[in-house]
Amino acid sequence: MRYFISHKQLLQLTDLTFQTIWSIRASISYVNYTFAQLMEGTETTPRTAPSRIKKIGDAISGFFLMLHRIYAFVLRFFKEVFLPPYEFKEVVRQCYETGVKSFTLITLTGFIIGVIFTKQSRPSLTDFGATSWLPSLVSIAIMKALAPLVTALIAAGKVGSSIGAELGSMRVTEQIDAMEVSGTKPFKFLVCTRVIATTFTIPLLATYVALIALFGGYLNIAQNEGTSYATFIEQAFEPITFVDIWASLAKAVVFGFTIGIVGCYQGYNSTKGTEGVGKAANGAVVTAMFLVFIEEVLIVQIAGWFR
Amino acid sequence: MEKQKANIDLNNEVIRIRGLQKSFGDYHVLRGIDLDLYQGENLVVLGRSGTGKSVLIKLISGMLYPDAGTINVLGNELTHITEREMESLRIRIGFSFQNSALYDSMTVRQNLEFPLVRNRKGITRKEIDTNVHSVLDAVGLSQTINQMPSELSGGQRKRIGIARTLILNPEIMLYDEPTAGLDPITCIEINELINEVQQRYNTSSIVITHDLTCAKMVGDRVAMLLDGQFQRVGSFDEVFATDDARVKPFYDYNFVE
Ligand SMILES: Nc1ncnc2c1ncn2[C@@H]1O[C@H](COP(=O)(O)OP(=O)(O)OP(=O)(O)O)[C@@H](O)[C@H]1O
Ligand SMILES: [Mg+2]
Repeated sequence: MRYFISHKQLLQLTDLTFQTIWSIRASISYVNYTFAQLMEGTETTPRTAPSRIKKIGDAISGFFLMLHRIYAFVLRFFKEVFLPPYEFKEVVRQCYETGVKSFTLITLTGFIIGVIFTKQSRPSLTDFGATSWLPSLVSIAIMKALAPLVTALIAAGKVGSSIGAELGSMRVTEQIDAMEVSGTKPFKFLVCTRVIATTFTIPLLATYVALIALFGGYLNIAQNEGTSYATFIEQAFEPITFVDIWASLAKAVVFGFTIGIVGCYQGYNSTKGTEGVGKAANGAVVTAMFLVFIEEVLIVQIAGWFR
Repeated sequence: MEKQKANIDLNNEVIRIRGLQKSFGDYHVLRGIDLDLYQGENLVVLGRSGTGKSVLIKLISGMLYPDAGTINVLGNELTHITEREMESLRIRIGFSFQNSALYDSMTVRQNLEFPLVRNRKGITRKEIDTNVHSVLDAVGLSQTINQMPSELSGGQRKRIGIARTLILNPEIMLYDEPTAGLDPITCIEINELINEVQQRYNTSSIVITHDLTCAKMVGDRVAMLLDGQFQRVGSFDEVFATDDARVKPFYDYNFVE
């Protein structure tokens, strides 16, 4: 008896899924096309201006096309990442880079979020005479939602864009080709290492942000309510379950993977010419943030089923 | 400045191309290329911008895949070999890029070390240093060893790029416009370097250029790419002994007083 589907079946399954999406995409553009044709007959505007419907259709199909390419990129990542050579040294270097690049900004943001969130929540709780709930409230907000999300957004801006720009300029100036012809697999050396690095580092950073933000919240509460450190910690961790912590970490892992893969995708496939680099950096940030928000919603839903 | 007689083995073809075709979309770039490169020879490829010269050497180094035809490099049929074999073949071919393609996050030393460290497992620190100094010496840029690529001039970058491909002792060198955008004196230096590489490392080379002085200085043979095919192949003088309106302007532009 077999419990697992094989790698090949998985590939077939995913391909099938994408063929479905593909045909939906095709039918969308077909509908758009016929629609545009119909409109063209009745429209009085000059033919040179593309109709709005066609523009929207192009945007939609462009989006699906990009999703499909990212999907192929992700598949390639999983195909190559488990094969030697493992480029361990380069992974460590990239982890260090990722961590260092966003460390200052993340520390500052985490701390300030802790302080401000506590300060702003106090008045509403005071109305109910429930200021003693403040530590739990702050900790729930930070641990469950804010820490992974804020880390991901900052990392998308700092790390994602710099990966996009770096690989983009390497592509444009043919450094990636140079690597390939001199016996180094650029996908492994550049893409796999960076994706592994962000996938590992961003959960660590998110944990760090959570602690720093809690510390900020504690300082504010200690100053205003005079709560002791021990009490604060006790109250802060009381409402947090293991599922919450795992869900947050899982979120951070997924965010990290997304930021890495999107940054690399944009850079690695950037078009020739110097403006390709800017586009890659910008695209890395925009797409990563967009996907991070979607994933946030999905993971919160999924985590809800385990409660 | 005259070219030394090269040591060419006409019975030994290191590259043999037959009926090679390559299109991008609707644009049929290469339309049936036939080409032989003999051991020890410098072959110059001339042609207008956009005729597919870079595409040709990218096909030879396996960066692109042909639509039709065969490419045999050092006895390997490129369309039939595995990924593994391609990798080990690639390091026997040196590729000097049109814009040098130095890794700009690394110093000159790290740029030169990179292919060595990556391809020669278990190489010692001392061997690396010896190799780095020897190629830097060959291109005459020992003093730049700790500089970043951004601090180098265009000509220096070209030479470091050539040094980086030389460090793996390639049997074939592919130069993509080695003299483009350089002043005449630097051009001559680069041409001399190409000849020196041919003598010193006993390589066979394909040199792509628009520059007829370069073609004259380094080429043992010249091939002119016209409409996706090599329509004129031979010595420099043979190739230009024609009134063909697609060929003559090259000569006139470079040499008419
Ligand atoms: N990867 C690619 N995708 C699509 N088209 C390409 C690609 N590479 C080259 N081309 C097209 O092939 C043609 C030949 O390009 P190639 O770079 O070989 O020209 P070239 O002869 O080297 O010119 P130049 O002297 O300006 O370098 C060009 O028209 C270019 O648009
Ligand atoms: Mg070119």
